[in-house]
Amino acid sequence: MKLAIMTGVVALLLLALIFELLRRRQLREKYAVLWLVVGLVTLPLGFIPWSLDNVSSWLGVASGASLVLFLAVVFLLLVCIHLSWEASRLEDETRALAEEVALIRAELRDVKAEQAGLRAELAAGTANGHAVPIVAQRDGKAVVGER
Amino acid sequence: MNAEKRVLIIIPAWNEAASIAAVIAEVRDELPAYDVLVVNDGSTDDTERVALAAGARVVSLPYNLGVGGAMRLGYRYADENDYDVAIQIDADGQHDPRYVPKLIDALDEYRLVIGARFAGEGDYQVRGPRRWAMGLLSRVLSRMAKTPLNDTTSGFRACDREIIRLFAQWYPVEYLGDTVETLVRVIRLGHPVAQIPVAMRPRTAGMPSNSPVKAMIYLGRAMITLLLAVNRR
Repeated sequence: MKLAIMTGVVALLLLALIFELLRRRQLREKYAVLWLVVGLVTLPLGFIPWSLDNVSSWLGVASGASLVLFLAVVFLLLVCIHLSWEASRLEDETRALAEEVALIRAELRDVKAEQAGLRAELAAGTANGHAVPIVAQRDGKAVVGER
Repeated sequence: MNAEKRVLIIIPAWNEAASIAAVIAEVRDELPAYDVLVVNDGSTDDTERVALAAGARVVSLPYNLGVGGAMRLGYRYADENDYDVAIQIDADGQHDPRYVPKLIDALDEYRLVIGARFAGEGDYQVRGPRRWAMGLLSRVLSRMAKTPLNDTTSGFRACDREIIRLFAQWYPVEYLGDTVETLVRVIRLGHPVAQIPVAMRPRTAGMPSNSPVKAMIYLGRAMITLLLAVNRR
């Protein structure tokens, strides 16, 4: 009887934790359902650990508790595999972002250099007493001194 | 023939400030018509500044991705900027840019050309498990490509527009994936591949790893990479 209370309390705490994480939006919804189901399945099993004895004896497993343990290990393994898969996907995504940042920074450097060159030309043009060169847009690039 | 092609030399560099300036200078000296792009792979040293000062274009990754990550960025740059040919050269100075025109000439017939170390020219040697690994890789890949490929892990390669486009979208970041797996994919897609013998020079900076443990790990990873690559799709 003591065992049932202990496992039952743990299941309750687990469910409360999941609920709290969901309430604070710390878990994405796709995981939320999974963990809520896990919590709701563990709760009755926690209070009545022998409820699976019939199923386990039909499967040839000595006691319900060991069946639950076995299923729990399998489930945790699957969750781990899923998380590695998720981490690989995230790495792919951050990699693409890193590439994007690198390309944008390089482009920004080019634009800045071009701008500095234009400024210098403008300054030189006015300093020499010439008319200020025309700056026009062509194909998205600034063109200086062409009519 | 080479004159009208737009060629980009891609140099992946991770903390290569000591050697990169000399490599860029040599490439620009030897091949003045070609653009040089240094892919700074999250270096913590002065690589970016040194490369810019040496006159190369530089794209800098915010953190270290490994050669494969750097190369995909290089090919993306080549693809977006409409280059006809992309050449990959190591930043440690062991690849001689004088072979580049030979590689580009071979692209008239082939899609991907590898500068190979063990194909007769030069006296580059490796021993032990590392050699077995390279031997295994070259046997399997030569058979797949139906042409001798003695140096499948060479980082000295040239490719045309089609392969640039492929590599811009897909280039494995894993160790050895960048050389072996890309080769397997290109061969499987039916693109003609060839090698050109080149002599390697000693690195101008840094030390090649000679530890037997590392060599064994290398062998293991080579086999895993090969196994996975051959069984994909």
